[in-house]
Amino acid sequence: MPKLYTGAEIVFKCLEDQGVSNIFGYPGGAVLPIYDELKNFKSIKHYLARHEQGAGHAAEGYARSTGKPGVLLVTSGPGATNAVTALTDAYMDSVPLICISGQVPTHLIGTDAFQECDTTGITRPCTKHNWLVKDIKDLAKTIHKAFEVATTGRPGPVLVDIPKDIQFQKTNYKNYKKKIKFNGKSHNQFSKNDIDELINLLKKASKPIFYTGGGVINSGPKASELLRELVRITGFPITSTLQGLGSYPADDNQFLGMLGMHGTYEANNAMYECDLMINIGARFDDRITGKIDEFSPKSKKVHIDIDPSSINKNVKVDLAIIGDVKSVIDSTIKNLKKTKHNFIKSNKQKTSKWWEKIQKWRARRSLDYIRSEETIKPQYAIERLYELTKDKDAYITTEVGQHQMWAAQHYKFNKPNRWMTSGGLGTMGYGLPAAVGVQVAHPKKLVIDIAGEASVLMTMQEMSTAVQYGLPIKIFILNNEYMGMVRQWQELLHDKNYSESYTAALPDFVKLAEAYGCVGLRAKTPEELDDKIIEMLNTDQPVIFDCLVDKQENCYPMIPSGKPHNQMLLGPKDQKNKKITRKGRTLV
Amino acid sequence: MAKSKSAYSFASKKQKFDTHIIVVWVDNEAGVLARVVGLFSGRGYNIESLAVAEVDQNLNISRITIVTTGTPQVVDQIKLQLKKLVPVHKVADFKREDKNVIFKEMALFKLVGDKIKLEKAFKACKKYDAVILDKTNKSNVIQVTALRREIDSISSILKKFGLVSVSRTGAVAMTRGAEVFK
Repeated sequence: MPKLYTGAEIVFKCLEDQGVSNIFGYPGGAVLPIYDELKNFKSIKHYLARHEQGAGHAAEGYARSTGKPGVLLVTSGPGATNAVTALTDAYMDSVPLICISGQVPTHLIGTDAFQECDTTGITRPCTKHNWLVKDIKDLAKTIHKAFEVATTGRPGPVLVDIPKDIQFQKTNYKNYKKKIKFNGKSHNQFSKNDIDELINLLKKASKPIFYTGGGVINSGPKASELLRELVRITGFPITSTLQGLGSYPADDNQFLGMLGMHGTYEANNAMYECDLMINIGARFDDRITGKIDEFSPKSKKVHIDIDPSSINKNVKVDLAIIGDVKSVIDSTIKNLKKTKHNFIKSNKQKTSKWWEKIQKWRARRSLDYIRSEETIKPQYAIERLYELTKDKDAYITTEVGQHQMWAAQHYKFNKPNRWMTSGGLGTMGYGLPAAVGVQVAHPKKLVIDIAGEASVLMTMQEMSTAVQYGLPIKIFILNNEYMGMVRQWQELLHDKNYSESYTAALPDFVKLAEAYGCVGLRAKTPEELDDKIIEMLNTDQPVIFDCLVDKQENCYPMIPSGKPHNQMLLGPKDQKNKKITRKGRTLV
Repeated sequence: MAKSKSAYSFASKKQKFDTHIIVVWVDNEAGVLARVVGLFSGRGYNIESLAVAEVDQNLNISRITIVTTGTPQVVDQIKLQLKKLVPVHKVADFKREDKNVIFKEMALFKLVGDKIKLEKAFKACKKYDAVILDKTNKSNVIQVTALRREIDSISSILKKFGLVSVSRTGAVAMTRGAEVFK
């Protein structure tokens, strides 16, 4: 007779067979049988968060920095509802996440039992799929299917809800062999004709631009390599979304910087005036397109995406190629090499005028700011942080707000999977727990959360997690005492009525660090900044770095409310010339 | 529709709304209807009518027929989003004007009145193959299977003849001829 396993054991057998070595979670009544079993599975290490949202973001950080799915384990009721923000965040940013939640015993479901909630109902719109396991025989099958759904096609979060009685019941378990198969929802069947047509467009273009996004990162490191090759062979300019940063080296001459609401002048103008736009793994998000009616009016648009529902969702395109970025670029390069060896030469002349124009836009130096001797400008702080860490292959996470945009603008990424930020959902409090997850995945690497003081307070409790597991994450807070982005919009759009955006009673972050049992540092002047950063980097413990920055600084450039790409605000000086109208205010 | 002033929903040029009948084959499992309906409500798509029932007991397949309205772009999105759902097997889409597709709805009418009134009522809907399912001295229950607009007009006619209760189904659809939607 084969050995019978309990549901709780099967959970871990499945995780083992899926190659999971680290999970994040928080125990509670309805998952106790699973937690009880943890001791018998030495290959799986559990990291105890301080809040289920923190566990979720940590699993996201783990997933985004490794390309492997993140796993979190939470209890029923509040455990599951606390995980909802992280699940939604992962859904918006296409992060593979497997959430296993406990549920009250099956006979109590629907009775408003203690810590009962309709977990599958609540998480249905924020997961790719979810399951309530009501029969022990379905458990293993369901968990393996969950991994398959989360990791194939466009990745995303899934949830498996397991009632407590199922965790105790026994059945047999067959070892699972990982097969490469798709759940019938994955699409990688682009045709040769599609590629031919793309090449044809590349050939004809005189004002082309690549617009790349998180899909390149999700397609794996090979996709980034191939992208670099494609950009080199074509000689075209390239811009990236917030999520795509790192897939192409930021210090390369062909890179125009990030585009969108806080993108560079050259990237946004090039998007507006191009005659061919090749979107690779991005989704025409509203922070990218600005006013959709006037978005890149003169261009032919190509969209390469693995998710068919991304095509024509916001912007109608002329050529859609549905497939994995890696395979599509690979075919394109092979075809280019075969048919037009000297594409770059023949093309150089055609695009030379375009490049001249781009250089003129570039000469506006849209990321410049007014330097100061007295106060630390936030942009300066990021610049120094970059200069002092650029040889250390650092992993950067962020919270959400001005500091996030400054980090995206001024920290230059050269490799994929080094940049973890909440783009789609814009979750304040994402960065600190995400850094915990990244550090778990890469124990020897430098992991920095570039934070704002308001955001970081939302999940500050996870410092305790970092200290418990000796994870030397660095929390680099650009402290301006305001919710900076809220304050900026209020200044520009709401007649400087700073309604509730100033935090009057902030904690002393240095003392807070000490209270958590880690190291606190503070920099007040530009003069001492470098030394303090170096001190932070030399500290082999978690650090909270309180960087006191200019309180009034705004994040530029900026596409103001409801304007197209060619009407950007470049900075305080430019702003006087382009007053934002009353109508414009409502459009942000 | 009031013009939105937010860039989040910056309504571009107004496009014509078409009525489409979307047919979805799904695994008959717990919550599957909620997934389909939740997708419609969550993304702001319309549902004018809905009909669901299991059609294959061995394969455990249900067939959902949804009547919806939207611009061509929205209807495309509806189909693509539906296809992403894990329990969805296939999605068909028909325009209401499509002559190759049969659409039917069923309605039950309860009429209360004297004999003359009841006779008049039955006469009024006779051309739609009306069937009397229940009959008493002072009441009739009539079943009609027809198009939506036909049922609409019968309803309004029957009001004159003692209509007290109406129960209607959503539309179901099937292609004409020997071909089957793959």
